[in-house]
This record gives sequence, structure tokens and C-alpha cells, in this order.
Amino acid sequence: MKPTRQLLSGNEALALAAIDGGTSAAFGYPGTPSTEILENLARHAAPGLYCEWSPNEKVALEAAAGAALAGGRSIVTMKHVGLNVAADPLMTLSYIGVVGGMVICVADDPGQHSSQTEQDTRHYARLAKVPILEPANAQEAYDFLREGFEISEQYRCPVILRTTTCVSHSRCLVARAAPRPQNHVQFVRNPPQFVPLPIWGRKLRVGIEERLDAQAADAARRTTLNTILPAATADCQQPLPTAPLGIVSSGVAALHAREIFPDSPMLKLGWAFPFPDGLIRDFAATVERLLVIEEGEPILEEHIRALGIACDGKNLVPRCGELTPARIAETRARLEGRSANLPAPVPEAADLPGRPPILCAGCPHRALFHALARFDVVVSGDIGCYSLGVFPPLNQTDTILCMGGGFTVAHGMTQAGEPRRVVGIVGDSTFFHSGITGLLNSVYNQSPAKLIVVDNRITAMTGHQDHPGTGTTLMGRSTHAASIEALAAACGRERIRVCNPYDQAALHTILEEELAADGPSLIISRAPCPLHLKRRIAPQRRIDPDLCRNCRACLKCGCPAIESPDKTAKPRINETACMGCSLCQALCKFGAIATRAGQ
Amino acid sequence: MGNIFLSGVGGQGILLAAKIIADAAANAGFEVAANEIHGMAQRGGSVTAQVRYGPAVLSPLILEGTADVLGALEHIEAIRHAHMLRPGGFAAISRQSLVPVTVSSGGAVYPGDVAERIARLFPNRCYYDCTARAREMGAPRLANTMLTGILSRALADIPLEAWHNAIRGRVPPKTLPGNLAAFDFGRIEANDSIP
Ligand code: SF4
Ligand code: SF4
Repeated sequence: MKPTRQLLSGNEALALAAIDGGTSAAFGYPGTPSTEILENLARHAAPGLYCEWSPNEKVALEAAAGAALAGGRSIVTMKHVGLNVAADPLMTLSYIGVVGGMVICVADDPGQHSSQTEQDTRHYARLAKVPILEPANAQEAYDFLREGFEISEQYRCPVILRTTTCVSHSRCLVARAAPRPQNHVQFVRNPPQFVPLPIWGRKLRVGIEERLDAQAADAARRTTLNTILPAATADCQQPLPTAPLGIVSSGVAALHAREIFPDSPMLKLGWAFPFPDGLIRDFAATVERLLVIEEGEPILEEHIRALGIACDGKNLVPRCGELTPARIAETRARLEGRSANLPAPVPEAADLPGRPPILCAGCPHRALFHALARFDVVVSGDIGCYSLGVFPPLNQTDTILCMGGGFTVAHGMTQAGEPRRVVGIVGDSTFFHSGITGLLNSVYNQSPAKLIVVDNRITAMTGHQDHPGTGTTLMGRSTHAASIEALAAACGRERIRVCNPYDQAALHTILEEELAADGPSLIISRAPCPLHLKRRIAPQRRIDPDLCRNCRACLKCGCPAIESPDKTAKPRINETACMGCSLCQALCKFGAIATRAGQ
Repeated sequence: MGNIFLSGVGGQGILLAAKIIADAAANAGFEVAANEIHGMAQRGGSVTAQVRYGPAVLSPLILEGTADVLGALEHIEAIRHAHMLRPGGFAAISRQSLVPVTVSSGGAVYPGDVAERIARLFPNRCYYDCTARAREMGAPRLANTMLTGILSRALADIPLEAWHNAIRGRVPPKTLPGNLAAFDFGRIEANDSIP
């Protein structure tokens, strides 16, 4: 009898695998598409499993390393750009290694569904010289995480598990394996292994190359991870003849490719680095032509060429964006010298209005940007919901670099001599993630940049996670709520103004005063995210059609609750969407907007 | 076996509908692969989800022009993804307009001939105002379960009991009677509104 299976997303499967695999501690920072791993872990874990949202990915990876050095199994979760932040400890952790199994779950976002860049985390595996596993669906996510712990403990090194948006957010039926108890945790001193001073570090460096060789041979043998699949259409009773075409693929791209090339055998790699050279050579010997279908960079392809094996790859497979069945069907058509003839959006869809993501009705960021729009400033923004302030009608962001960059880029602009006032904006979660050092620097180096924290009391963009300022941990415990004002004061910032952005008059005065002042200042624009609170800010507003003259001034704030299907129709406020923030009311010169009767 | 492509606007409940379809297919004994697009979609953007089921399913994504069923909770979102449906495939479309902010505050125009376009594009369809009917039944939010009921007609290899059990497993007990009633109404009574 088959074991009972559950329909799970890749992220849910990873959470359950961490629990069943005997994890002692789990760490992470929210980032789409990785966030639900820790959320599910916190929901399902027994009391003996510790988990937390760390302030950033570097802290999270270091903490997970500590847990694994002490002998416990640990995981750390983040999105691809998070690994940039955590790259420093990763490089050294590869040297000193771990005792308990440690798996770094990194979710790439090919196609940039919700990311500023498209990165291929396999580059980091090569750079850090650690194994990387690539599950194709939720069942493999479960199995590979469990196996990742074993590999990590066998070689005493961290293992990266790379998912993509499509793996993290797709469901399939998953069978769980028997749970395993947690490791005994007790740190055992061993300075030559755990203290990478140069005298010992040089020996560790040599050990890494030996480890890579052993892992490459191991990867070629582990058929649970790396398999040769015969052509789906082939008669399995017959010995494999030489196939005209063989596919090498990994991750979810292998599943798409299997459907588009059912008539070709496939080398499906779940443990792609260190490269299983023996397996690649064996497979290549059975096919006349080799096509590498990998999502992202041509990492396998370049390595296969370096082995002296000819192959096709990025000459036929797109390098940018997410691979889909359609794009692989186009690859096949290209290979066969024909047109793919896939249906394209119908002509009736050509003039449809777009639906870009927007700030929600009642969002406090809209109120801040709306007030800021009256000043001639350069706005250096950051990562979070407030990045949506760049779109019309607000048009209030001029550049975004990275987490924490809102403050530091603004500082650099002013120091280079930018003649206009420069405003640096970061969110509350971003402030704790990597805004504090930028603030400290602006005080230390006497920056004239004007800094604003848009504090909506939660990590909103990724679906409302707690952070050091919310007073609650991932495990639901009450804790100290870090104060942005107190941290700024401790950094030496003297002018600190706190304002509720819905009070537009007060906010305007503060902005006017602070932008005119010569010295540095910090404005905290504070109002909780109404989507998170799940309640209205104030009574809802409505437009009195008798008073409304259709001047369309209220539409200037870009609130999605104010609807007007065309220019001749007087705007109306959607009664389910309006959060009662009052921003539109102040814009109406004719007094047509008032609170809804009875509220 | 079947490929179901769902579209709508963030917040309408497309993802719940996708989960119910996936659960129902699993209840009926099929393998399932389902994909949900997340991320910034929850901020009022277009949302799509896909469910595939059968004796064996590999990719969670549907190849263009091979969906057996297209389900849309907003009618221009059906037109936007019409090319996903195979020739002769069934379209379940809720007759609802959600005006994007690009129309209210910008230059974009919401088309005035949506029904004509739908009549032309989807010969095999049920085009019905699920939200209005759901409001009459007590909760506009039941529109997604009603739409699921409509599209279930085209998935004959999933029995009614598998659907009902899927709904039981996904909605809170408080709203269960309403959800089951909305599903049954969609499955049996909702009728196409284009003559
Ligand atoms: S600002 Fe007032 S008068 Fe002008 S369109 Fe809006 S509600 Fe009507
Ligand atoms: S009060 Fe006005 S601006 Fe605020 S949420 Fe309601 S409609 Fe939008």
C-alpha cells in the first residue's frame, strides 16, 4: 500500500522535511518566494524545534552555522538576493564546516516575479565550493532536504538547496518518510577545524579540494538525486540503443523538458555541483547529440564543454527569464528548424488595461509619498511595498539599489554635490535589516541627506512577518520591541521627528521644516499597515454625486478604492475596498467626499 | 485528466479555488501538479493559477493552447488568457468588472464590449455573474466557489463527493454550508447569460 500523501507546495514540503529530518534550529529573513518555509515550520513544529526571523540573512546564516557547529541540524532560508547579504559567512563556513547537518534553502526567482534581479544561486555553490541540490517539485524538495542533511553531515560542510519560484509555489502529492530524532547538541572544541587562522586555513583550503573530488564521485553514484531516464516512449525491455538526442536538465526545467521531449532520454541532475563527471560522460556516450536545458546561467553547459563533450545549450534555450513548457517547445522547434506555432494572446486582448501591482487602498506609504510630491527632491528608495511609490500618479522614487541602500545612496549623492535635496527612504523591516549602519554613517560623516523611515510596523511586502520592532517573534513569543527613535538617538542623530502620515497637514509641516534645515534629520512616518491590521483606519468615505463636479482631483492620489471606468463617469468609492484613510477627502475642493453615513 | 487555468485579480480568491480543484483531483485518485503565482500579485495585480491532474503529471505549468478549462473571476482576465485554452475547451467566466487603477487615474480604457468579445472567443462557455448571485446568497466572497462549481461540469472524471470533500477540507466550518451551496449552484444551475 502506498503511504498516505499530502498535497503540498515546495515550501510546505521543505518545512515538513526540516521537522521530520530532526532540525534543532531554523533561521531566515522573509523574501518571496522563500517566506512560507519558515512560516510553515513555525506552524507545524513541535516545541523542541527553535525557529526565528532574523533581522537579515547574514545574521540568519551565521546563527544556523552556530547551531550546526554545536552539533544540531539547522536550516536557513532566504531568497536569492539574500544570499548576497549572507555570502561572507558562507565562504568561510565552507572552510570550517559543520558538525550537525546544515542546509541553506535559497529560492531563486527566474522571471523576476517579485525580485529586482535574476540570479543563479548555483554560482554561489561553485564560489563557496559546497554541494547544491535542485529539487524539481515538492516531493523532491522533501526528499532532497532530508538527503541534504545526510550529505552535510557526511562531508561536514553546508549544503545549498536551490528552489525556484515555480518549485516553491507549486503543489504535488508528497509522501513523508519516517521522522528522525534531533542530534545531541554539545559543542566539541577543535581549533584547527573551527578557527580559520592562516596556519590552519591553508590546510582547510586543501581539504576543500579533496572534499569536492569525493563529492563529485558520490554525486555520480547517488541515483536518488541524479538519474538517467530512458525516453518515455522507449520500450524498456530492449537495451538502450544510441539515441539521436539526449537532454541534460535540472530542477523544474527537467519536468517541462520531459514533457516536450518525451522521445529523448534525459540525464536529470538533482545534485549538479560538484559536477558528476562520470555520469555525464556515461550519458553523453549513449547519445548522438546533447542538449542542456538549464534555467538561468549556462553552468552545466560550460562544464560539459570543458570536459570535451560537444553540446547545445544557450544557443537554443533562453538564458533570461523563467523556463516554461512553451519556451522549451520553442527550443525544440528551433532545434528542428521549424516554427513552434504556439498560440499567442488573442487580438481581443491587445488593448486591455494592465493591472500592475499597486499600493493598497489606505496604505500609509501613499500618504507619505503624496505629501512628499509637493517638494522638489531626489528620492532614493529601497526594497519593500513602498518601491511601488515610483508609479504614477505618485512618481516618488528615483532610484533603488538594495536593502538599506535607501539611506546610503542618498548620502553618496549629497556628498558628490547633488544640488537638490536628497531624501533616503527605508522601511521599518529594512531599517533593522541593514539601515542602521547607513544611518550611523550619515551621522558620523555629517550627511545632509534627509532620511525617512516609512514604518508600517511589519514586513509587509512578503506577507506580514514580524521583525525586531514588532515585539513578537516567529514562535509567537512577546519580546522587546526595538525603537527606531532610540537606535537613531544612540547613533547620534539629534533631529528626529515622528509623524502619522494620515495627518497630512502635520506631515507637510515636518517635511517643510526638515527639508529646509541644514543639518541631518530623521523622519519616522509611522502608521500600521491596514492590510495587516485587517481593520479600517477610520470610517469609510463616500463621494456625494450631487456635489461631485468630476474634476478628478481625488484620483491624483492613486487609491485603487476610487473607481472611474471612464472620464465622463464621476468617480465613486468602492465600499468594500475603502479603508477610510481620508487622503482623498482633503483633495476634494467641492466637499463631495465625506464619511459614509452611519459610520 | 485535465488542465485547468485560472485567472483573476489579487484578493478574489483564485488561489483558494486552485487548492480546492487540486484537492478534488487528488481525492479522485489522480496525480496532481498545481502552480500558483504569488509575490506582488497580492497588491491588486493580475493573478493566475494552474492545476493539472491525471494518472501521471510532470510539469506544473500548462502549455499554451492546451488548457481544457479556463476559469476567470473577472471577465477581462478571461480575454487576457484566452490563448491558454485549447480549441473546444470550456470557459467558466464570472461576469464581473474590476476597474484597474490604470483606468481610473491613467489613460487606459476598460473595454465596453466585453460580452461581445467573450461571445466571439469562447463558443463553449458559461458566462455568469457569480458575484451578484453570491451576494444574493449572502456573501460575495462565495463567487470563487461558485465558479469552481461551474468549471467542475467540464471535469467529468472528478465525482461530486471528491469536490465536496475538497471544499470541506479548505474552508472554515462557519462558511462551509454557504460554500457547498455556492458550489452546487454553480455546478447545476448557473446558466450562460449570452443568448
Ligand atoms: S475631487 Fe471631489 S469633485 Fe473632484 S472628482 Fe473627486 S469627488 Fe468629484
Ligand atoms: S479614504 Fe479615500 S484614499 Fe483612503 S482608502 Fe478610502 S477611498 Fe482610498
